[in-house]
Amino acid sequence: MSLLDLEKFRERVEGEKLYRSLEELARDDEFIAGVEREFPQQALPLERGVDRRDFVKLMSSSLALAGLAACNRPAEKIVPYISQPENLIPGRPLYFASALSLGGVGAGVLVESHMGRPTKIEGNPDHPSSLGGSDAMMQAAILGLYDPDRAQVVRHLGEISTWSAFLAALQPVLKNAKTNGAGLRLLTQTITSPTLGAQIQQLLAAYPGMEWHQWEAVSRDNVREGLRMAFGGYANAVYHFDKANVVVSLDADFLAAGPGHLRYARDFTARRKVRHGQTTAMNRLYSFDCGASSTGSLADHRWPVRPSEIEGLARALPAAVMKDLEANRGASIVIAGEDQPPAVHALVMALNQALGNIGSTITITDPLEVAPVNELESLRKLVTDINAGAVKALVMLGGNPVYDAPADFNFGHALNKVPFRAQLSPYYDETSMLVHWHLPEVHALEGWSDVRGHDGTVSIVQPLIAPLYNGRSPHEVVGALIGGLDQSPYDTVRAHWMSKGATEQTWRKWLHDGQVAGSALPARTAAAAPPATAQPRNPATPSLELHIKPDPNIHDGRFANNGWLQELPKPQTKICWENVALISPKTATDIGYDDKTRNALVNERSTVRADVAYRGRNVRLPLWVMPGHPDGVVTVYLGYGRTYGGKVAAPGVGVDIYPVRFSDAMSGGAGAEVALVRGEDAYPVACTQEHQSINPKDMFGQDREIIRAGTFAEYQRDPHLGHKEGHGDETMYPPHEYKNHAWAMVIDTSVCTGCNGCVMACQAENNIAIVGKEEVHREREMHWLRIDRYFRGEPANPEVFHQPVPCMQCENAPCEPVCPVEATSHSSDGLNDMTYNRCVGTRYCSNNCPYKVRRFNFFHYADYDTPALKPMRNPDVTIRTRGVMEKCTYCVQRVNEAKIEAEKRGGNQRVRDGEVTTACAQACPTEAIVFGDKNDPTSRVAKLKGEPFHYALLEELNTRPRTTYLGVIRNVNPEIKG
Amino acid sequence: MAQIFHRSANTLSRVTIFGAVFIVAFVLWAIGGIVRSPVATDQGIEREQPVPFSHQHHVAGLGIDCRYCHTSVERSSFAGIPPTQTCMNCHSQIWTNADMLGPVRASFAQGKPLEWSRVHRLPDFVHFNHSIHVYKGIGCASCHGRIDRMPLTYQASPLTMQWCLDCHRNPEKFVRPRNQVFNMAYVPVNQAKLGPELVREYQVQKLTSCSTCHY
Repeated sequence: MSLLDLEKFRERVEGEKLYRSLEELARDDEFIAGVEREFPQQALPLERGVDRRDFVKLMSSSLALAGLAACNRPAEKIVPYISQPENLIPGRPLYFASALSLGGVGAGVLVESHMGRPTKIEGNPDHPSSLGGSDAMMQAAILGLYDPDRAQVVRHLGEISTWSAFLAALQPVLKNAKTNGAGLRLLTQTITSPTLGAQIQQLLAAYPGMEWHQWEAVSRDNVREGLRMAFGGYANAVYHFDKANVVVSLDADFLAAGPGHLRYARDFTARRKVRHGQTTAMNRLYSFDCGASSTGSLADHRWPVRPSEIEGLARALPAAVMKDLEANRGASIVIAGEDQPPAVHALVMALNQALGNIGSTITITDPLEVAPVNELESLRKLVTDINAGAVKALVMLGGNPVYDAPADFNFGHALNKVPFRAQLSPYYDETSMLVHWHLPEVHALEGWSDVRGHDGTVSIVQPLIAPLYNGRSPHEVVGALIGGLDQSPYDTVRAHWMSKGATEQTWRKWLHDGQVAGSALPARTAAAAPPATAQPRNPATPSLELHIKPDPNIHDGRFANNGWLQELPKPQTKICWENVALISPKTATDIGYDDKTRNALVNERSTVRADVAYRGRNVRLPLWVMPGHPDGVVTVYLGYGRTYGGKVAAPGVGVDIYPVRFSDAMSGGAGAEVALVRGEDAYPVACTQEHQSINPKDMFGQDREIIRAGTFAEYQRDPHLGHKEGHGDETMYPPHEYKNHAWAMVIDTSVCTGCNGCVMACQAENNIAIVGKEEVHREREMHWLRIDRYFRGEPANPEVFHQPVPCMQCENAPCEPVCPVEATSHSSDGLNDMTYNRCVGTRYCSNNCPYKVRRFNFFHYADYDTPALKPMRNPDVTIRTRGVMEKCTYCVQRVNEAKIEAEKRGGNQRVRDGEVTTACAQACPTEAIVFGDKNDPTSRVAKLKGEPFHYALLEELNTRPRTTYLGVIRNVNPEIKG
Repeated sequence: MAQIFHRSANTLSRVTIFGAVFIVAFVLWAIGGIVRSPVATDQGIEREQPVPFSHQHHVAGLGIDCRYCHTSVERSSFAGIPPTQTCMNCHSQIWTNADMLGPVRASFAQGKPLEWSRVHRLPDFVHFNHSIHVYKGIGCASCHGRIDRMPLTYQASPLTMQWCLDCHRNPEKFVRPRNQVFNMAYVPVNQAKLGPELVREYQVQKLTSCSTCHY
């Protein structure tokens, strides 16, 4: 059957309820063979064969090494303090509140520090932008901190230099700027830091002719300008999804990206957790999705639309949607995506005004930025001035404009004309190659600063460790420009807040709490006016539209050197180490991606490449067919194809999209062309969706009910949704007794957005190694927790389900009896323990696991050698070596710690509910994962296990998994059909 | 064809075949013995230290409590090695010119920490928590031996898994009253009676799940 034979698809969709990928739906022989060959990762040999000579060499050296290792135990030193810091108990971590920011807007974090080494990041439960949740980028920041590829020295023309040499070189430039006035320019990213803002204002005052430009490749210009259009001045909109009954998203991915998305996800999903006997109403989400977004995947009604169609929708929403909004005046939200032009944002704000939402579900405040500006125009002016010869010196704080400026600006070419150019950035990147002076920038966990959250709440950013690589903070560079005493960033930030009325006491409290009390921006009275220009944009053309989005993992390219983020399967496509061109099944057929082309491609392992042409420029990308993607649109992600910036980032990872990004089409536009590259071998893609997959049907063709879903109306009629009570739990073996704790987990798939926060948290907590694209392609990725994606319905617009799958910790575990050396065994709390030092690598356990949650170290994946990465690791978790099986342990190191602490409280106490949680549950922004003690009837997890819509995965196997699920419940509008 | 081997070779081969069983058994026995012996476990081996610190002198002679230096033993997995400051609390007053204490004074003056050689070393895949053992009534001397009789510190116990399990399986044989945990000279009067009582009172569990220590 053809992959893209839509008619046949429809027939199959009728019959089969769930599918993970189009290949599965097509279900050709090769696919089935692939699935039935359960362990493709085991069939693949070494890259090249090992000949006899190599074999003897390897054997003799490993024998010799084994002999040596046995004879000499490495002598270890214990190095105590000279005088021990107060409050530090050796062996126990300390937690410090700080904030991490993206695009200038921060979210509060708590950072775990072991004897001065930060090892793990959690969301700060008290911070309004986090509420304890964290996303993948925040979790991966810990790797960013220790990254040995970060710039480590001041460089002058590429040669190693010093900070004082830079200061000396700066003096004549500053002197000139003082006398001549103009010519000095500062280029920063978006800045919300009150201290840095004040410093820059001071700088501007010192050099009257100087100008300050701001540029961020993934900017919020459209939102800023749209709100300005609506409210007559720059403003910031804060949404209160907890108060909204109806939400309409016009290509907005508010659950997964943008300022405050963690908070928004929490607030939004709080209204979607259906609990028996408590929930009387659910909110409803309509999503008009221009790509494959997390928000769209959670929607009750989703329509794939072209980006150009959004404006029309903003003017006239479908009648049924409008009716629902009207019925919830003052309790609804219409939100537009950051890619949409300002007019759409203004229209949407006017609509919200008309619906009475502004002031109730939407708060308008002053802008977060210290100096809001249209960043595109700001950069354009800089380039124009450089080309006119008006710029004598340019200092860049952060950013990589040579890589990420719009293609038509030709920024690299312009930059070369500036007589003095300096850059502060974390990596020696594309821009650094063209500057005279490059200064290494401190990581957020190394330097003092401050930042505003999505509602304006200020957090003091406090360092966890002294700069590892001689980094300098932007505060220091601006301080150097201002001149005068060499003030430390700590003094700068502190002095700023002291001048704003802080006292020693409040300052300490702010540092402790992770936020400046009462610093959220106050709501201002505002009334949105519809935009003056009433002309709709050009109506949709029949041509293909190019849709440019920031990458969900590596953003605009700034995280390209972060191996954790590179290897993280992207939330919707499950592709890692790469960017692809996403198209819909129909568009694929239209451009000739047919049977013939596909024959060689099996199981989402490989694809063909295509040339995406736009305005005479061309990028060659792997083509990827995405169910639910709008027809006539090709979506591409930014951030790849770096040429400099670290060993992981460059070269050869993905394709650079910036060459087709123009200043008048920042998120693409109509007129793109996609042409298949003919005559090429199949292009391998590391897509994890079909790895470790569970067949949705059993051998008799019965649905195994891996995903259970229903509508809220159905749920209200029958909370079990037709599912009978589970299978009996008869067993031939004597049952285990769990006298004390019985750890368990419930995952509410209703509110899982697939954001990957849990996957990354697990990686950071459990020292999980990355393996690289080739090994992922061989299905050897090591993530202990995977998020399976399922579709249901027509490939043109299917329902999407996310299902996180950690170890199920079965009570009747199939893995345990098959281990010949008892390396995996049952604990008294019911965990399936994995004892790495006993494992001899037979992999029988993995063979016998029906959920495919065990991971094997085929090679020495863990990096034992890089000194910079050693302090990063969690000291409570063993680092696994080659030939060892590993898997999710329910973060047993945390469990054991909690048990010990509970017992030491005296009175033989048990761990109370909430005292221990796994890394995944702690990170989850929507609290979809709940961990606790099943034996404690008052625990949250025990209560969830009593929900009528609760089920176990593959429960017919009678493995009695401890990890179980709540089904997906969607609040479908009965007036909308299909 | 002439015989290649002399008839006496028959005896030799019989002895060899018969002896092989014993030889193999002996080799296995020897390996088993060696890995449990101090050669492999480092039991009883004194380490060279930057300062020849004597527990005998400080504990038995001066009567300093364990927790004066090992401050975190009741609160943390790690008992704690005292900072130089702790040494100097006394040695800024007494023995201020002793040659033996030169490295300590140098450390304090120059801000360079002392580097002690680790005596008790568990593999990285074993996680041991001091605080819970102390809380449950396991005396320091139960594992560390009579530290108060060691002029130079050595590892008194083999620290093998078998040795750990001896107690984890039968804690009643080793548990002592909490107020005797730091008493080096404690001798149980009637452990057979007291042990089970204390196990009940302290709710000492027989934790033998792998993940109790290995994760």
